[in-house]
Amino acid sequence: MKLKLAIILVVAAASLQAQVTYDRILAGVDKEPHNWLSYSGTPKNQRYSPLTQITTANVKNLQQAWIWQAASLEKFQATPLVVDGVMYTVEAPNNVVALDAVTGRPFWRFNYTPAPEARSCCGRVNRGVAILGNTLYLGTLDAHLVAIDAKSGQQIWKTQVALAKAGYSITHNPTIVKDKVIVGTGGGDGPIRGYIAAFDAKTGAEVWRFYTIPGPGEPGNETWKGDSWKTGGTGVWNAGAYDPETNLVFFGTGNPAPDWDGSTRLGDNLYSDSVVALDADTGKLKWHYQFTPHDELDYDSTQVPVLADIQFNGRPRKVMLWANRNGVAYVLDRTTGEFLKGKPYVKANWLDGFDAKGRPNQVKFPSKEGTAIYPHVHGATNWAPPAFSPRTGLFYVATWENSGTLAVEGQFPRAIPGPNTRQTTMGATGLVPFYNDADNGEAYGVVRALDPQTLEKKWDFKLGDITWGGTMVTATDIVFSGGRDGYFVALDAKTGALLWKANVGGQINAAAISYAVNGKQYVAINAGSALFAYALP
Amino acid sequence: MRHVLTGVALSVALLAPGAAPSAWAQHETAQDLLDGERAYGARCTTCHGPNGDLVPGINFSAGQFRRPMTDADLSRIVRQGIPNTPMPASNVTEAQAGQIVAYLRSMAAGKSAVAVKGDSARGKMVFDTKGNCASCHSIGGLGSRRAPDLSNVGAARRAPELERALLDPQADVQPNHRYYRVVTNDGATVTGWLLGYDTFNVRLLDGKEQLRSFAKSDLKSHGFIDSPMPSYKNTLSSQELADIVSYLSSLRTTTTAPAGPAR
Repeated sequence: MKLKLAIILVVAAASLQAQVTYDRILAGVDKEPHNWLSYSGTPKNQRYSPLTQITTANVKNLQQAWIWQAASLEKFQATPLVVDGVMYTVEAPNNVVALDAVTGRPFWRFNYTPAPEARSCCGRVNRGVAILGNTLYLGTLDAHLVAIDAKSGQQIWKTQVALAKAGYSITHNPTIVKDKVIVGTGGGDGPIRGYIAAFDAKTGAEVWRFYTIPGPGEPGNETWKGDSWKTGGTGVWNAGAYDPETNLVFFGTGNPAPDWDGSTRLGDNLYSDSVVALDADTGKLKWHYQFTPHDELDYDSTQVPVLADIQFNGRPRKVMLWANRNGVAYVLDRTTGEFLKGKPYVKANWLDGFDAKGRPNQVKFPSKEGTAIYPHVHGATNWAPPAFSPRTGLFYVATWENSGTLAVEGQFPRAIPGPNTRQTTMGATGLVPFYNDADNGEAYGVVRALDPQTLEKKWDFKLGDITWGGTMVTATDIVFSGGRDGYFVALDAKTGALLWKANVGGQINAAAISYAVNGKQYVAINAGSALFAYALP
Repeated sequence: MRHVLTGVALSVALLAPGAAPSAWAQHETAQDLLDGERAYGARCTTCHGPNGDLVPGINFSAGQFRRPMTDADLSRIVRQGIPNTPMPASNVTEAQAGQIVAYLRSMAAGKSAVAVKGDSARGKMVFDTKGNCASCHSIGGLGSRRAPDLSNVGAARRAPELERALLDPQADVQPNHRYYRVVTNDGATVTGWLLGYDTFNVRLLDGKEQLRSFAKSDLKSHGFIDSPMPSYKNTLSSQELADIVSYLSSLRTTTTAPAGPAR
């Protein structure tokens, strides 16, 4: 009887949905491991779940708890949020649903059809909503920000962030800092001038704006030839991070435009392919680091910034870990932007090292006759979120190894030809085999564990195809990941050994999350057009 | 469907352009009007609005067109559109066009039971005070979520419908606005807005604005209950009723937030 009462009390407590205050978001999974209140669990983006019910010993017993089918054939990239038993996710491009996190059954649906002028380079996708209070925030493909009531699914306000007609879009989850909703503008493969803007969470009024390309008179404008700064792209289309100690919000920026022809935009093209650290209250630039100056290879630096406090070279450092699309992994001091270490984590031949300030020494350039450049134009990784475990101290990246491009000046770079070459396109949603690079051995997708101290790989788990999936790691040392060939896998975070797999029958284009309701731990992942949840029996 | 065609044909025969549009009523069934209303809701409201008054110079509720129209004229426009204007052609059959036209004509014939003219500002006062409407409804994020959000109700409902909902709220509850009660095996009773119902589960937004999910196997009983919306038949005067309808009719979602700082 006593036990029954206790269970009822637990159920009652778990089902009470309180306001998601900013303090709750800031602490995230560290204080509320059963919830998932922002894109990667906390604004540090470690994608580390402290839940411990699923272990390396019992993960083999995971069973499907439910499936939710999206009514959309677009790539399903959204990371869901979980708030006290209610899950929120985005059905691409811009419909939002609230699901019962125990059964996967819907409470409500918010339908949003982007304006016809909405354009996207690489699929009509969305990577998730943010929550603050009882309000969800959605960036839309037609470059609006929409506030939606989390209880009823009703629109509260909608504000235009940028002009869709001019080529702007929003595809990523907004970042919440205090009373502000911060988003960036995508579309940077076209002639836009990207920016990051903060909006009042209550009213939708714009509070500040930071252009990713400095205007005339601002430092950095001289890194663009002529008027090329006006149309230099440099979109922002992936999750930001936030450090409350310094009040800095961090975003990665995209490639300069035009992508392949740098002749019209001579110079370093600041702040393209960079990380920018902005004062969260004012949007003022505090520091930046440019990963790929004057990029002609489409090496967007729109990866998810991962913040960690680690021992580095024998002393505690507050760092930012970054596995870049350009094939290089970085350790930066997140307070000052100081370059601490950089090292290729896949085959990368475009650089042969760094100067003392961390500027890469580029040695391969696109040419008229074609230059074999590694990594491939699609990069060593892309937007898919990585994970960091404070327990193992390892940084987990879903990446592509040995994928090269024949880079041709001013043209769309081509895959290096060989007997098994198959082109892979960003928009492809089918299960297609990856090309082999015949001249240089096999190319493959891989889940790779890196040691931030050395940026050496600790282990690999090879996939049969490339991966647009990310990683998630638990306090029980399990890495969850998957790839385009439609398997969801659980790996030993210390060794990379396969512990469990599920055939999900469609591309995994997102990273997993973990949450708990009524004391039961779940792991959720998107694949194909569906969202799958797994739990122990 | 034959009778609809006849109706349209008769209208053409009998009516001079712009003549009284009442002839339709003799020839359409209630079902035709319902079908017409549904088709109008699906195809026409985006531009014309539920009252048919959103396109300048046109107001279906007042029987106002830019030039006099026979039913045949309207039917042709519904099917073929108007070249070089936003009015598109559609793939409806002639019979369906006839139903839509019948509904357009019926909109102008809809009469309010209240003869007095409403005042929107006074209506807002009634909404906030005597009506106590915000204890269940919300507008622009203010109020309660226990009943439907009314921020855009003026674009979704016609005045006669709003009036009827206030006087006789049980008469026409929208299928997605129904209320439900569950009693758990432990004896707890929860009532709320029914959000989802399937073979094994029931989902509600309860009176405390919590999203709740119940396995039917955990329930002793469950079923629909009356809408908690009270009738204002005996609590509001005719003038107050007209005022509140006027206020509700004025509610349209403004989609754009205030502009940001100068830049």
